[in-house]
Amino acid sequence: MVSDRRKFILGAVRTTGIVALGGLMWSAYVDEVTANKLILRPPGALKEEDFLSTCIKCGMCVEACPFDTLSLAKPGDNKPLGTPYFEPRDIPCYMCVDIPCVPVCPTGALDEKSVTTENKLDINISNMGVAVVDTKNCIAFWGIQCDACYRACPLLDKAIYIEYDKNERTGKHAFMKPVVDSDFCTGCGLCEHACVTKKAAITVVPNELVIGNVGDHYIKGWDKKDEQRLQNAHAQINTTEISKERAIDSLNDMGGLLDD
Amino acid sequence: MTNLYNNYRFLIMRRLIQISLMLLYIGGNYWGWNFIQGNLSSSSLFGIIPLSDPYAALQMFAAGAIITTNLALGALIITVFYMLVGGRVFCSWVCPVNIITDAANYLRKKLEFNTIQKKQPASRNIRYWVLGLSLVLSYILGITAFEFISPISITHRAIIFGLGLGWAAMLMIFLFDLFILKNGWCGHICPLGAFYAGIGKVGLIRVDHNEEKCTACMKCKEVCPENQVLFMVSKKSLQVLDGECTNCGRCVEVCDDDALNFSIKKLLKEK
Repeated sequence: MVSDRRKFILGAVRTTGIVALGGLMWSAYVDEVTANKLILRPPGALKEEDFLSTCIKCGMCVEACPFDTLSLAKPGDNKPLGTPYFEPRDIPCYMCVDIPCVPVCPTGALDEKSVTTENKLDINISNMGVAVVDTKNCIAFWGIQCDACYRACPLLDKAIYIEYDKNERTGKHAFMKPVVDSDFCTGCGLCEHACVTKKAAITVVPNELVIGNVGDHYIKGWDKKDEQRLQNAHAQINTTEISKERAIDSLNDMGGLLDD
Repeated sequence: MTNLYNNYRFLIMRRLIQISLMLLYIGGNYWGWNFIQGNLSSSSLFGIIPLSDPYAALQMFAAGAIITTNLALGALIITVFYMLVGGRVFCSWVCPVNIITDAANYLRKKLEFNTIQKKQPASRNIRYWVLGLSLVLSYILGITAFEFISPISITHRAIIFGLGLGWAAMLMIFLFDLFILKNGWCGHICPLGAFYAGIGKVGLIRVDHNEEKCTACMKCKEVCPENQVLFMVSKKSLQVLDGECTNCGRCVEVCDDDALNFSIKKLLKEK
């Protein structure tokens, strides 16, 4: 005969166990599905981490987009379920001046402030991603004349400019190489859409993936402005105690081989 | 014919409302209709009035997201609305999953699964645990935990924005309700339903039971998806005050004795 007290304790333990099991499975799943880093968000999107907690997945931005650029991730798309994204090779962001997708966002996951300069919406400062050129498969780098991406760029000569170089192979032609300036590139993907190669040789990727961070150890000595970057940097001295004995021994120590 | 109408009048009305709401949302996406745009997570009525899922807003709050006034206002409007009409009115009159689970339940009855599995192996309180767990996980993981697995939003988005593999989620719920657990999803697990059950405690529209007219045929209990709320049937004249009642009206329409009817909640206790 099981006593009531024992029944109660067993019941409580069982419930706790089931809740823990459910919680672990649930968080494992959610963690896995939100791990995708190769995803391009609409203009004005918060940082991916904040975006995932703030986007309510209502699709208002999708409905507002006049070019059907945006879609909500469906099951099977292998992207965080229900969140808006775009694939520029199919449909790029055409960078509407009135940015219809941003003000309709009810939760601020698409932040109007981040695409506003002087109280006016300004799509040119949006930062959806950055274009990266695959110089091995870009035919302009082969020496074939192509400026499809350069011409397609809405910030022509700023976000993509052409670098001229001598073609040593022929001795009389020029390379006209497209170069992306990440300071200006918005990640709209019109270049990727326009690229003539079978699989685009210029691809838009999220900023976090490819944009580096110099840190405090290097500075452009010739650029006054660059010093401001280090204003808040502070010195940190690391000391490691070196064992003198071991340093000498390292030449003689054969890992115990000659110990006999 | 009148009999058919009498016995299914609320069911027909519910389906009409569920389907026309979906059509309006679909029109809002594909043809730019300005009536209601967005989806059940958050929408905009006539292009101005914000409507938001208060449970999603709560998860966002737990996840540490900044709540905009727009979102808070939308969630408030929805909360007040369901406080008036009864929280789980959402479940039976709006939610698209209701059509799926009702279909599973109908088939379950037709195939007589209920006769081989009489005892329900799971507690209806699981949903409150899921509700609590979703908020804890939202807090720990910093994302809206239920919104990333919600079959309700998957279904609704599938209808409005395109199917993808969304059919698999719908089929899962259907099979679960058909083969594993009667009223499994809506009646046992769904945390959104649990949330609305909480809001529904104060709902003003209530089913009222008149014991004097009742002949104890128990048709109402058979048809009710949450039949624990009908405990008073044939015993006592009471209003159904449990928040788990979805106000679907099935009990009202199957009752041949006029012993169950919709009523307004009696705010003052009668002496």
